[in-house]
Amino acid sequence: MTNRDVETQLSDLMAETGEQHVVVSFTLNGTKQTIIVPARTIASDAIRHNLRQTGTHVGCEHGVCGACTILLDGKPVRACLMLAASLEGQSVTTVEGLVEPDGTLHPVQQAFMDCHGLQCGFCTPGFVTTIAAFLEENDAPTQEEATEAIAGNICRCTGYQNIKASVLRAAEIKRERAGEFPLGKDDESSRAALEGKVRGKTNPVGGRAGRA
Amino acid sequence: MKPSPLKYHRPRSIEEACEVLAGVDGKVLAGGQSLIPMLSMRLAAPGTLVDITGIDRLDSITASAESGVTFQALATHASLASNPGANDVQPLLGRTLQLVAHATIRNRGTTVGSIVHADPSAEVPAVLVLLDGSVTVQSVRGRRDIAARDLFLGPLESSLEPDEIAISATVPAARRGVGTAIDEIARRHGDYALVGVAARVEVEDGVVTNARVTYVSAGEFGEVIDYTDVIGGASVSDDRDPLWNVLSEAARKRVETEADIHATARYRSQLVAALTARVVMAAARDGALSLATRPSTLRVDAGEK
Repeated sequence: MTNRDVETQLSDLMAETGEQHVVVSFTLNGTKQTIIVPARTIASDAIRHNLRQTGTHVGCEHGVCGACTILLDGKPVRACLMLAASLEGQSVTTVEGLVEPDGTLHPVQQAFMDCHGLQCGFCTPGFVTTIAAFLEENDAPTQEEATEAIAGNICRCTGYQNIKASVLRAAEIKRERAGEFPLGKDDESSRAALEGKVRGKTNPVGGRAGRA
Repeated sequence: MKPSPLKYHRPRSIEEACEVLAGVDGKVLAGGQSLIPMLSMRLAAPGTLVDITGIDRLDSITASAESGVTFQALATHASLASNPGANDVQPLLGRTLQLVAHATIRNRGTTVGSIVHADPSAEVPAVLVLLDGSVTVQSVRGRRDIAARDLFLGPLESSLEPDEIAISATVPAARRGVGTAIDEIARRHGDYALVGVAARVEVEDGVVTNARVTYVSAGEFGEVIDYTDVIGGASVSDDRDPLWNVLSEAARKRVETEADIHATARYRSQLVAALTARVVMAAARDGALSLATRPSTLRVDAGEK
């Protein structure tokens, strides 16, 4: 597309729709993308509708629930609280972009499976992106830090216990894959702590499966 | 719901931004953590949006004992809260920012934006007033400083002219003998507080000489309430219960509370009473402690009282 084409397109769109459109170029999950959207388009909609990356979920649409959380240059932000136009020149990672090229799940995704960290799954992409970024800064969180890390995300299915367990389990998997002691530097005490906080909660919680 | 149609500009300099904003019905977009939901819910429908996030070098944070902490328009809550210099020079700032929303929002939201948004349920405006801070604004007509006490006209209403852009804010450095504290009660950590309280207490020879308090989601927005008549002359090491009770009672009388979907006025009043006592006492202890720990080189004027 030459610049002249773009200018023509923009003015055509202006004439057709009566509103300003903008050209936005940014990197989405490692691929450079250029889209033309109405200036008022919210980032979450551009990612879902224009680029069909529907892993980014839209819950409350006003920054409360966290389901739309994406990574902007590695930092978690709410996609529903940004204009698509503001993505210009940035690097965006959605939940789809966390999977390894060979299909290996990201440690956080694996941990959600291991610990039954999701039920209906609607809020999960937001949790996964938030926790993935959190673990980059703190790869050995305490239970309290894990709770704090997910405080900005709402899940209406669970009591958050399995999600908290997933944070700790994800940290383990990360260490495991890095070739370290999976349970952290102090293996023995971590193992003792783990019995209570992860293993105990990864089993079905008071469900029928336990009694069957 | 989605924003209504608008014109979008992404200027490369402050001067360009001012020129665009002059003479149009416009709003400045920085972090957008309050503005975007307002647009999406169509509580605001500006004809023009001036996105200043494309402007280079507008996110600096400078801190010194003489001039306090100055943070520019694009400095995020997260970067300010984790700035060692800012935390040394004015510790209340970092403690306050820990209470502002969630980490994800703090990554994008700007502190200057939170100030000029003038939300009575936000923490930063209350602290800016308490500390006698100020905001620097720019327009095609030039620059001016607005003192915090002249900034907040009412809920979501600041004294910025429509064509002015807030380019930085400044809070004075902490002084020896002046303690500060902040606390709030929210239903979920990081959510808007049902009630928040920030206090600034001066201590001399272990005795309180001045105590001022500002409120979040309670009382008159932007107002500083003086409790010196209640607690002045009291020793910081005094038995805590009588002081606690007089402060609670005074707060209950002085601060008006309103009901909304989250809490009744009576419950808020209860929170005002309990938190005022807790925070003023904490600030008094902080003030006493600062005499021992804060180096005298940090001794600077905290502005007019």
